[in-house]
Amino acid sequence: MTLASFIIQLLNGLAAAASLFLVSAGLSLIFGVTRIVNFAHGSLYMLGLYGAYSLIEFFGRTPLGFWGAVALSALAVGLVGVLIEVLVLRRIYRAPELFQLLATFAIVLVIKDIALFTWGAEDLVGPRAPGLTMAVEIMGRRIPAYDLLLIAIGPVVLGAIWLLLTRTRWGALVRAATQDREMVGALGVDQAKLFTSVFFVGSVLAGLGGALQIPREPANLELDLAIIADAFVVTVVGGLGSIGGAFLAAIIIGVAKAFCIGIGTVTWFGFEISFSKLTLVVEFLIMALVLVVRPYGLLGKPQAAQRAASEPAPPLQVPSWTFALVWLALLAIVPLVADRYATILLTDIVCFALFSVSLHFIMGPAGMVSFGHAAYFGIGAYAAGLLLKRFGLPMEAALLLAPVIAGLFAIVYGWFCVRLSGVYLAMLTLAFAQISWSIVFQWDSVTGGSNGVFGVWPAAWLADKTVYYYMALVLCGAGIVFLWLVLFSPFGYALRAGRDSPLRAEAIGIDLRGFQWAAFVLVGAMAGLAGAVYAFSKGSISPSSISIAQSTDGLIMVLLGGVETLTGPVVGAAIFTWLRDVVARNTEFWRAVMGGVILLIVLLFPQGLVGGLKLLVTRWREQRA
Amino acid sequence: MLTRNRLLAGTAALVALALAGPAAAQAPIKIGELNSYKVFPAFLEPYKKGIELAVEEVNAAGGVLGRKIEVVSRDDNGNPGDAVRVAEELLSREGAAFLIGTFPSNVGLAVADFAKQRKVLFIAAEPLTDKIVWDQGNAYTFRLRTSTYMQTAMLIPDAVKLKKKRWAIVYPNYEYGQSATAAFKKLLKEKQPDVEFVAEQAPPLGKIDAGAVAQALADAKPDAIFSSLFGPDLAKFVREGQTRGLFKGVEVFNLLAGEPEYLDPLKEESPDGWYVTGYPWSELKTPEHTKFLNAYQAKFKDYPRLGSVVGYATVMSAAEAIKKAGSLDQEKLVAAMKGLTLITPFGMVEYRAIDHQSTMGAYVGQIGVKDGKGYMKNWRFVDGKDALPSDADVQKMRPKN
Amino acid sequence: MSHPVLQVDGLHKAFGGVQAVADVSFAVSAGEMLALIGPNGAGKSTCFNMLNGQLAPDSGIVRLEGRDIVGLRPRAIWRLGVGRTFQITATFASLSVRENVQMALYSHAGRLRSLLSRFGAAFATQADALLDQVGMLDQAERTCGVLAYGDLKRVELAIALANEPRLLLMDEPTAGMAPKERVALMELTARLARARNIAVLFTEHDMDVVFSQADRIIVLDRGVLIAGGTPQEVRANPDVRAVYLGSAH
Repeated sequence: MTLASFIIQLLNGLAAAASLFLVSAGLSLIFGVTRIVNFAHGSLYMLGLYGAYSLIEFFGRTPLGFWGAVALSALAVGLVGVLIEVLVLRRIYRAPELFQLLATFAIVLVIKDIALFTWGAEDLVGPRAPGLTMAVEIMGRRIPAYDLLLIAIGPVVLGAIWLLLTRTRWGALVRAATQDREMVGALGVDQAKLFTSVFFVGSVLAGLGGALQIPREPANLELDLAIIADAFVVTVVGGLGSIGGAFLAAIIIGVAKAFCIGIGTVTWFGFEISFSKLTLVVEFLIMALVLVVRPYGLLGKPQAAQRAASEPAPPLQVPSWTFALVWLALLAIVPLVADRYATILLTDIVCFALFSVSLHFIMGPAGMVSFGHAAYFGIGAYAAGLLLKRFGLPMEAALLLAPVIAGLFAIVYGWFCVRLSGVYLAMLTLAFAQISWSIVFQWDSVTGGSNGVFGVWPAAWLADKTVYYYMALVLCGAGIVFLWLVLFSPFGYALRAGRDSPLRAEAIGIDLRGFQWAAFVLVGAMAGLAGAVYAFSKGSISPSSISIAQSTDGLIMVLLGGVETLTGPVVGAAIFTWLRDVVARNTEFWRAVMGGVILLIVLLFPQGLVGGLKLLVTRWREQRA
Repeated sequence: MLTRNRLLAGTAALVALALAGPAAAQAPIKIGELNSYKVFPAFLEPYKKGIELAVEEVNAAGGVLGRKIEVVSRDDNGNPGDAVRVAEELLSREGAAFLIGTFPSNVGLAVADFAKQRKVLFIAAEPLTDKIVWDQGNAYTFRLRTSTYMQTAMLIPDAVKLKKKRWAIVYPNYEYGQSATAAFKKLLKEKQPDVEFVAEQAPPLGKIDAGAVAQALADAKPDAIFSSLFGPDLAKFVREGQTRGLFKGVEVFNLLAGEPEYLDPLKEESPDGWYVTGYPWSELKTPEHTKFLNAYQAKFKDYPRLGSVVGYATVMSAAEAIKKAGSLDQEKLVAAMKGLTLITPFGMVEYRAIDHQSTMGAYVGQIGVKDGKGYMKNWRFVDGKDALPSDADVQKMRPKN
Repeated sequence: MSHPVLQVDGLHKAFGGVQAVADVSFAVSAGEMLALIGPNGAGKSTCFNMLNGQLAPDSGIVRLEGRDIVGLRPRAIWRLGVGRTFQITATFASLSVRENVQMALYSHAGRLRSLLSRFGAAFATQADALLDQVGMLDQAERTCGVLAYGDLKRVELAIALANEPRLLLMDEPTAGMAPKERVALMELTARLARARNIAVLFTEHDMDVVFSQADRIIVLDRGVLIAGGTPQEVRANPDVRAVYLGSAH
């Protein structure tokens, strides 16, 4: 890069950082006060763009029309945020940690289909900003005037938020709540109002971030998930709850991407390296680096322990073996009485059940939430496929070696992850998952790149779908039973003890990190087994088996079933997989229906399905007694 | 719910049976269709309409083998794992005769491999990847759509004619963009050995940093640009490139950019003079297209997109295959597909026996702007069979058996 | 009497220029109850955390039965025979009372690494014996998460006793308890300490508890030890009186 292109790419990066900062600042504010990991924040950004587009069409393409539309759209999105808070989230603040995440997933699905219904499928290219359509010449290069405006807007909004937080009573409350939520409640502040107002401000920022992109980004239906991952990365790299940190992180990531593009392809020591392709994953590389060096982000502070204040996790109940055996028997009979497809659907369910039980193990009893659990599922799947296709191993050997390889990766990733806690830990797992994904996605010669690996079919004696189902049932069932047994072993108790009180665990000689690390490896291997069984049931493996979507599916299954129960994840996996199958088949706007059903479950059973049913049974018994 | 739906469907079928004459005394032939409807709605909504139109026409003409046809559609969520599952559901629960559909390359390839394993005919509608008929080709898979290689090859003559030396390339970073780029470099180098590729940008699909990419390409001072961007990436690239003066004095070639799905959103900013492949629907005057256009507009009160043609032609191919096979036996269907010819809105098409690729052509031309809208000018139709490599080359690429 | 169980010499700790603990030296013998008192902010917690490994001193020596333990992690110090209770109770809320004590017993025996045996099968009688000693046996089946605060303190004591400690470190052991419970808990502690010959170092705000239960008292003010001796001696010390009256506690 020449100096001129360096400067221009720097400006490009800064312009790209502006909207990213606005969205992330909103996310950070909301998380800081409510501790809600709001996946729907990207949807609010998307609505900001769509809203601005429609309003500009309505007002006309005049400066007043344009800026009026941007402002109005942001405010309207703020109201949508308020609606979400009041109608859904407010009802589940007392639910177990992260349960709100499930609700926000559902909202993402609903908003996406509402947008599709309202604005149609075609991309909507908005107008340029009236009066700012030209380019400004800098060092012989042309840069859009609007980009320069965006570069200025970032610091202005940062300043405005800073004033709001430091010079108003509302800001003081927000800062206090960010540091210690319970304290503010104890001071007699109306929490509900505070939360609603924070949601409003956070959503306005997301909407504004979207609306301001109108001249740069066509309104389309992929924007929500495209921005949310980046916004999470920025929030975490900057430090949760730190607006200044978000600003800094947005700039680092925006500029890093622009430089990767600017550098393009270079040759080092005879190797051709495409920095342009690195844009696929550069934000996650930065996040992993930052978190390894600074466990609370660039400007973040250690979080106050939330556990102490929320309800402690209830004790786990030992599964009833007769109950389990009855279920196993029923599952074994299915192929004899149902059609072929039922067997195939059940094979999927069985794989996902092990996947979700392994995720539950780590996020429930072991207390380490993973946003990137698909890493091990996918690595297991790829290991199985590659051992079969590239190394010519027999299918049986590939299947059994796959969990070992997934476990090996978990040894490496886990070593870094157990050094963190809370959302930071969760985001580092996501970073590792995304890094794995990008390698799989790019390494064409080995992994088949974006296409994946094909011809991964089971050995002849397992080719029959019913036989394969029985094998899946045995392997995944054994995996589930194994994990459950471990939960009730001294090792599993030590993990639960460490989750309840790391301080006490250390004080009675437990090397908690060592136990957590071992747990990581254990669940990594089991998720890998699930992935391998899944791969052979499909005949092919693609990068989507390692994607964020696969990780979030796992989270939905666990939370849907109930994170505080043992059987919840199994029920969650079954219900989710079955629901998606049925809903997608029978309705056109199936995402909205799916989201609606999940929301209903969230509101009716804030402990998850199994947790809720247990509660009902207990109440019923108490009434009879 | 499920059982009630089925009961209703069953009753409806019985009623239909009672009302219909002896000609349709049998249940319709079900064709299983799967696609990523919610992931690529801009292309697939018109595609679905094309399917509906074709089904209506086939049935109005008396169906096939004395039975009506019915296309049962499923959403594969853009995920190969889900796709294989719904494919199985279509076959074993719905009793579909065979499979059609799919959009992204990885889903298409996964279903193709599944079809091979399950020994079931699969007509891939839209996946552009060359691998589906070549490197990963198999006996049971056929593909309708003009492939990446073919569309790239169609642009090559114009590219060679311009005698530009310094080329910059930008493509979405996944199978389609990668293979378009590889094909373009190879083919251009063959015709014009002194060509130089001065910059290459591979932004992630749907997440282009258009300003930075446009700047990086401009810094390389290219004479011409080859792009395979589409959708939002294309729109962003066009706007940033225009604002930053990237396209001044630079010829641009862009695969697919003439398709209404991707051209129409650009409106008055449609880049004048770009060489593209696409579908100038309003200007086609062939009888087969006029017939299709009139029927489509009458039924949907909307103009067709390229997806509409693909959906329509896929179902027509399926119907013709059944007719020709005279049976629903998979081996007979596959045999019928080999060398099958039919008339599509784009004219006569043949599914080549050698590699199962159809010879469906594409329109090559330049983008123009008229009344605030983009359109294709100076266009010509290139028959698919003229854009394919030699039989010897194809045989080398395609695995035996 | 032989050499002391805990010997602290010249302990120093500063936080960014502020001297939190300066040149603190003292010793605790087996079977002795030593109270560390002082007004808020005197450096008691800092001092405590340097003894249990949570905080590294800037200088000074901490010897446990003659062995220097500075720089060791809390869990290593525990393995050398130091039991702890916390100012804000730290127990395993989702486990039962008995399981809490068993956890410490398993850890002491180095048997937590087993993956497939069932937790709880071993050490049940030992756990019950400990719970009996602190008067919590009748609640052994209850989950710690639902216990009253005073009961949690007793569970902590049972946990602390599980590794047959030579030294007990108790940070504000009676904080948050009713006055009557406080004396009872410390009487219990004193009785157990004497019976098992355990050295006990505790900090405490409740002067009734301190003066009735401690064998010796040392007084910390602004990071410096200003007095030490029997309860009677300390009560009579004018410096101590000045500190406490001045601090208007």
